[in-house]
Amino acid sequence: MLYFAQWKIALILAVCALGVLLSAPNLFNPALLASLPSFVPHKQVALGLDLRGGSYLLLQVDVAAAQRERLNSLTDSVRNVLRDAKIGYTGLNVEGDAIVFAVRDEDRIEDARTALAKVDPDLNVSIDSDGSGNMRFSTVATEARRQQAVDQSIEIIRRRIDETGTKEPTIQREGQDRILVQLPGVDNPEHVKALLGRTAKLTFQLVDTGVSVDDARRGRLPPGDEILPAEEGRATRAGGPTAYVVRKRVMVGGDTLVDAQPSFQNNDPVVSFRFDTAGAKRFGDATRENVGKPFAIVLDNKVISAPVIREPILGGSGIISGSFTVQTASDLALLLRAGALPAPITILEERTVGPDLGADSVHAGTVASIVGVALVVVFMVLFYGLFGVFADVALFFNLCMMLGALSLLGATLTLPGIAGIALTMGMAVDANVLIYERIREEVRGGRSMLSALDAGFKRAFGTIVDSHVTTLVAGALLYWLGSGPVKGFAVTLSIGVLTSLFSAILVTRLLIVTWLRRSKPKAIPL
Amino acid sequence: MRPLIVIRRTPKIDFMRLHIAGFAFSILLGIVSIALFLSVGLNYGIDFRGGTLIEARVTTGPADLGAMRAKLDALHIGEASLQGFGTPSDVLIRLPEQPGGDAAQMHAVELARQALGGGIDYRRVEVVGPSVGSELVRAGVIATILALIAIAIYVWFRFEWQFGVGAMISTVHDVVTTVGLFAIFQLEFNLTTLAAILTIAGYSINDTVVIYDRVRESMRKYRTMPLRELINLALNETLSRTILTVSTTALAVLSLLIFGGEVLRGFSIAMLWGIVIGTYSSLFIAAPLLYYVQPNRRSIAKPAETAGVRAEGAP
Repeated sequence: MLYFAQWKIALILAVCALGVLLSAPNLFNPALLASLPSFVPHKQVALGLDLRGGSYLLLQVDVAAAQRERLNSLTDSVRNVLRDAKIGYTGLNVEGDAIVFAVRDEDRIEDARTALAKVDPDLNVSIDSDGSGNMRFSTVATEARRQQAVDQSIEIIRRRIDETGTKEPTIQREGQDRILVQLPGVDNPEHVKALLGRTAKLTFQLVDTGVSVDDARRGRLPPGDEILPAEEGRATRAGGPTAYVVRKRVMVGGDTLVDAQPSFQNNDPVVSFRFDTAGAKRFGDATRENVGKPFAIVLDNKVISAPVIREPILGGSGIISGSFTVQTASDLALLLRAGALPAPITILEERTVGPDLGADSVHAGTVASIVGVALVVVFMVLFYGLFGVFADVALFFNLCMMLGALSLLGATLTLPGIAGIALTMGMAVDANVLIYERIREEVRGGRSMLSALDAGFKRAFGTIVDSHVTTLVAGALLYWLGSGPVKGFAVTLSIGVLTSLFSAILVTRLLIVTWLRRSKPKAIPL
Repeated sequence: MRPLIVIRRTPKIDFMRLHIAGFAFSILLGIVSIALFLSVGLNYGIDFRGGTLIEARVTTGPADLGAMRAKLDALHIGEASLQGFGTPSDVLIRLPEQPGGDAAQMHAVELARQALGGGIDYRRVEVVGPSVGSELVRAGVIATILALIAIAIYVWFRFEWQFGVGAMISTVHDVVTTVGLFAIFQLEFNLTTLAAILTIAGYSINDTVVIYDRVRESMRKYRTMPLRELINLALNETLSRTILTVSTTALAVLSLLIFGGEVLRGFSIAMLWGIVIGTYSSLFIAAPLLYYVQPNRRSIAKPAETAGVRAEGAP
C-alpha cells in the first residue's frame, strides 16, 4: 500500500496535468486563445445548438417518390419499345414500385422479354406464362440509387445553404435516407426551410396548342402530353389559365443552366439565366423549330410562365418572368444556381433555440453545476475531514479530465450534457465513500492503520468496478438510442464514470500515501 | 483534520422485519403506476407525440395570452395550448400534431409565426413530425428493455442468477414507479425524461450491486449464519455508505432542479425521485428478495477460498 512505483506516480501526475492543461482553454475566450502560441492546447468544448443557439433540421429524402417518377418516365420507353416491336399489350401502368403490363399474344412473350431488356439495364423484366408481366428495379440498383440520391441531396443542400450565407453549417447523412442539418446562429429557419423544401426542378416544355385543357381533362389527352397546373400566384393574378397541356418531352432541363441571377425587366423582378454550351444549342434548335408557338417554363411541375417564341433564342441566355417579388425571384435564382434535388425532401424535425435562451441555459447549467459541486465538496469535508479534502482534490482533477477529454474528443456539450457533468460529480465521490467506509470498518474490526488502508482500497475495488460498469451500460445504450442533446448527456455521463474511476482510486490513493509518508500519522482521521 | 459527523457504530436495523411491508407498498405502488399509465396515460411531450412547441418571449411587455390564443385559434390549426411560465412575458405555446404528415407540421409553425406578428422573441421552436415521434417511442422502449436485460446479465455473470433476478425486479420496480410518478402528476414525458429513466436504472443497480457485493462477501465469511440475519448485517454494514452516496448525488441533482432552468426540470424531477426510490428498492426489495430466491451458498463460498489464498499470498 505504501509502495507506489516511481513510474506510476509519474504517470498519475502526468494524466492529471494533462487533464488540467486540456481543460484550461475552456476558461479563456477564443480571441485570447488565438493569440497564444501554437503549442498551447486550443481546443474548447464545442457547445451544442441548444447552448449556442441555432437550428437543427432533420430531413428525409423521399427516394421512393424519385423512383416512382423515374418509373413513370420509363413507361413511355416501354410503350415505344413494345410498339416498335409490334407486340400487343394491355394495362401498361405503374403500380407501387413496378411497371405492370400484359402481353396479349402468348407467343410473343419471349420477344417482349428481349425487347424490354433494352429499356434500362437496372430494370428486371419478368413475364409470366399467361402474359402478365412487370418490371422493377433490382435491389442493387435501388440501393445504388438511394445512395446516389442522398449524396446528391447533401451536396445540393450544402450549396443552397452556403448561398444563404449561413456560417459553419453541418450537413451530414443520418441513417439510410435522412440528412441532418445544423445551422448555428440561425434563429428563424423559415427561409432555409422554404429553400430546402423545394425540389427546384426546372424544365422547358412545349405547350400543346392543339387541344384545350378542358378537352384534355375530359379524357382526350393526346399521348405524350400532360396537364400541368399554373403556379398559384400567376393563375389568380392575371386571370390567366389555371392549367396547361404541355408536351411531356423536355426541350431543355434546368441541369444545363450555368448561372441564374435575379434582375428586373420593366420594373418587374425576373430571373435571368444562362445555359451551358450543350443547353444553349438544344434551346436554340428547339426555339428555331417552334417559332410562333408558346413554350412552358415549368418549375416543380407547375407552369411559371408560357411565353410565345417570337424568334429563335440562340444566345444561350434568357429571362424567366412570372409573378415574382424581389424575394421570390432571388430565391428562385439561388435554387437554380444550386441545382435541383434528385428527390423531394420532407422536414421531419426542427429544433431551434434562440441565442438568448442558449446563453441563459449556459448560465443556468454553470450555476447548477458549481452549486452542486460546491455542496458535494463541503459535504465530503464534513463527513470525512482530511480524507474528504483528498476526495475533493480528486474530484477537481476528475472535472478537469472530463472537460479535457470532451475538448480532445471534440464532443459537443449540450444542456443535458451539463446535467451529466453535475450528476457525475455527485456520483464520482461514491467510489471515495465506498473506500473510506471500508477503511473505517477495517479499523473497527481491529486492523492496524496501514493494513486497514490497504484492505479498504483492495476490497472496495471490486464493488467500485461493478457499480461503474452498470452505469456505463446505461450510458452506452443512451448514446446508441439518443439523438442530439441526449447523446450529449450519454457522452458526459460515460466519460465521467471512466475518469472518476481513475481519480477516485488512483489520485486519492496517491494523496493518502504521500500524506502518510510526510506526516507519519499515528491513526487514520476517519 | 477530523470529520465533523461520523456514524460511529454499525446500526442494527432489522430491515428484514420491514420487508413484507416494503413488498406490499411496492406492489401497490407498481399497480397504481401501471393502472395510471394504462388509464390516464402519460403527458407525452412533442418528442414522442409529434407537434410543435414554441417558447416565446414578448418583447413589448407582459404577454397577453388571450389575444395570442385568439390569433392562433383563427388559423384553425387545432387547439393551441398557451401557458405562462417564468417571467410574465414568457409563453409556452403548444400546437397539436397536424393532420397530413410531416410537411404539415412545418407549415403550421410558419402560420403561427405570421399570425403572432412582431414583438416576439422566439427563444425555442421545436417541431417533431409524426414519423420521428413514433420512432423515438420505439427506440426508447427498446433501449430501456435492453438496459434492464444487459444489467441483469452483468449481475448474473458477476454473481449468481438469483442475484440477477433480484436486481432485475428492483430495477423494473424503479422504472415503473418513475413512469407512475409522471402519470400521477402529468409531468411532461420527453426525451430527457427517458434519459433520466435509463440513468435511474444505472444508478439503482449501482446501489443494489454494492449491497449484493456485501451479501456475497458475508456469505463467504459467515458460512453458517442464517440468510435472514446475513442480509440484515450486509444492509446495516453498508448503510452509512448508502446514505452518504444518496446524499451527494441528491445534492447535485437538487442543485440542477433549482438552478438548471425549465429545460432540465423534468429530468431533475425524474432523477431525484429515481435516487430516492432506487435507494429504497435496494434496501427493501433487492436485498430481501435474495431471501426468497435463496442463492446457492456453497457455490458462492468456493471461489472465496482460492481468492482468499491468492489475496493473502500476494505481496
